[in-house]
Amino acid sequence: MAGLEDLYREIILDHYRSPRNRGELPAPPARRVEGFNPLCGDEVILYVDIDDSGRISDIKVDGQGCSISQSSASMMTTAVRGRTEAETRELIRAFKAMMSIHERDLDGNGESRPVTPGPSVDMGELEALRGVVKFPVRIKCATLSWNTLAQAFDAAGLEQARD
Amino acid sequence: MEGGSAAGHMTLDVARVKKDFPILDRDVAGNRLVYLDSAASSQKPRAVLDAMEHYYVTTHANVHRGVYTIAEEATQAYEGARSTVARFIGAPSPRGVVFTKNATEALNLVAHSYGRSVLPAGQAVLLSVTEHHANLVPWLMLREERGTELRFLDIDGAGRLILDDLERKLDGVGLVSLAAMSNVLGTLNPIAEIAAAAHAAGAVVAVDAAQSVPHAVTDVAALGCDFLAFSAHKMCGPTGIGVLWGREDLLEAMPAFLGGGEMIRDVRLDGWTPNEIPWKFEAGTPPIAEAIGLAAAVDYLADLGMEAVREHEVSLTTYALTTLGERHGDDLRVFGPPDPDDRGGVLSFTYRDIHPHDLSQVLDNAGVCIRAGHHCARPLMRRLGVPATSRASFYVYNDEADVDALSEGLAAATDLFSF
Repeated sequence: MAGLEDLYREIILDHYRSPRNRGELPAPPARRVEGFNPLCGDEVILYVDIDDSGRISDIKVDGQGCSISQSSASMMTTAVRGRTEAETRELIRAFKAMMSIHERDLDGNGESRPVTPGPSVDMGELEALRGVVKFPVRIKCATLSWNTLAQAFDAAGLEQARD
Repeated sequence: MEGGSAAGHMTLDVARVKKDFPILDRDVAGNRLVYLDSAASSQKPRAVLDAMEHYYVTTHANVHRGVYTIAEEATQAYEGARSTVARFIGAPSPRGVVFTKNATEALNLVAHSYGRSVLPAGQAVLLSVTEHHANLVPWLMLREERGTELRFLDIDGAGRLILDDLERKLDGVGLVSLAAMSNVLGTLNPIAEIAAAAHAAGAVVAVDAAQSVPHAVTDVAALGCDFLAFSAHKMCGPTGIGVLWGREDLLEAMPAFLGGGEMIRDVRLDGWTPNEIPWKFEAGTPPIAEAIGLAAAVDYLADLGMEAVREHEVSLTTYALTTLGERHGDDLRVFGPPDPDDRGGVLSFTYRDIHPHDLSQVLDNAGVCIRAGHHCARPLMRRLGVPATSRASFYVYNDEADVDALSEGLAAATDLFSF
């Protein structure tokens, strides 16, 4: 059985003790999205500034929760800063794949096939969270901020469609 | 601890009790299983498991319908379980004992059949801010559907219900529904006192007894309640069965809850008539083996003696509050009444600024099982001003070594998360 050192890697504890990019941004113009894990009370509030070229020019995270949810959120903010929407969505998919969550595409016949991201995505220090898969109950903690970030882009897409 | 005392009642011999529970033989990654989450669900003694298997091996048939021998035996076993449960809670007759899926379903039954059809329009329902979602959501649904007014008793700093203005709060109330013991705070609510005031105001009283029936003597007459809901799986019984006890005249006045076989007297294409109570409220094939398991659990607990069970938990809670307080001081904040006599063996706490999730993880690494989260009482968490707590709860198979293991685990968490 996995030991605690697989879960609580030093990088994770570092991001928990000293979370990066904490705070708020004026919203609007930033997008403000809330994520919540009803099972345990983890909470993530993201503020995302997307510039005219479609890149994340600034990102801040607020909220409270366990070490896994908060450190994952902190690592995420450093990983996505400066990235385009396409790059960010790719990273979200890659992260979730690392958490053993594979998106399924339904084709016309209703069959599903697993879609895994290409090998070119560099996870950097996010690799430290790989150990979470050995503790399935905590996967939702790790993916909370990432799912919330995806929502920020969905909201942005909807707004553009309205305009 | 030796059994027997000058007063004539048995004290719990925990070492012997532990041997009755086969799951306690297993280890978790090399650690012995220290199960401190009985408030979520209790472990099962061999006697309960054997009773259920014995039923399936020798007697199983559907109940209330067969003429053949084992069908009759199964029916007698099922109805016998009903009588056993009735005696355990001091009910005047088994006719008031309805088997449900669990306490949640029992409370939904009251909300549906009493709340929608018998509770006079315009009359309010009185709850508290400490209720489990099972005793909150059905009433919120009633409010959404019929506009029924809901009122809430608040708590003081020690987690006790504030009853100063009870009479005023009861004015216009038709139904009071409260937990006998809080699953978060451990508070033992003064049900008898509240019931007397409620009846004087013309209201009926439902009790969520999920945490109390397993841990203390239960007598519906002494409580003065009109409905009592509890679950088998929290009292050494199987999952999948619970009980709603109701005053017979109320059950008779209430319309059926679920429709189907068993709960009818006659069915035609243009209508139907309901069965007598309690079968009116038991649609379809019931959880027969589970009822037999519940009866075996009742026999097991009655054999230990519910006074002894309660005494054991008071003793263990005292030990826990004392030793944990001595070792961890201000790092540990325990919620609920400070006096062990005022509370059950349910201890919700925060420890330093370590998130309950992380605490649970570290303790799991040592084989210690505690609960982390909002414990299905989110309004209470908001009322306490915390997003989540950790919770340890005691039962008949826990001893001081288990409490010591919890204490060790807290210290280990400090090492990992010290900033």
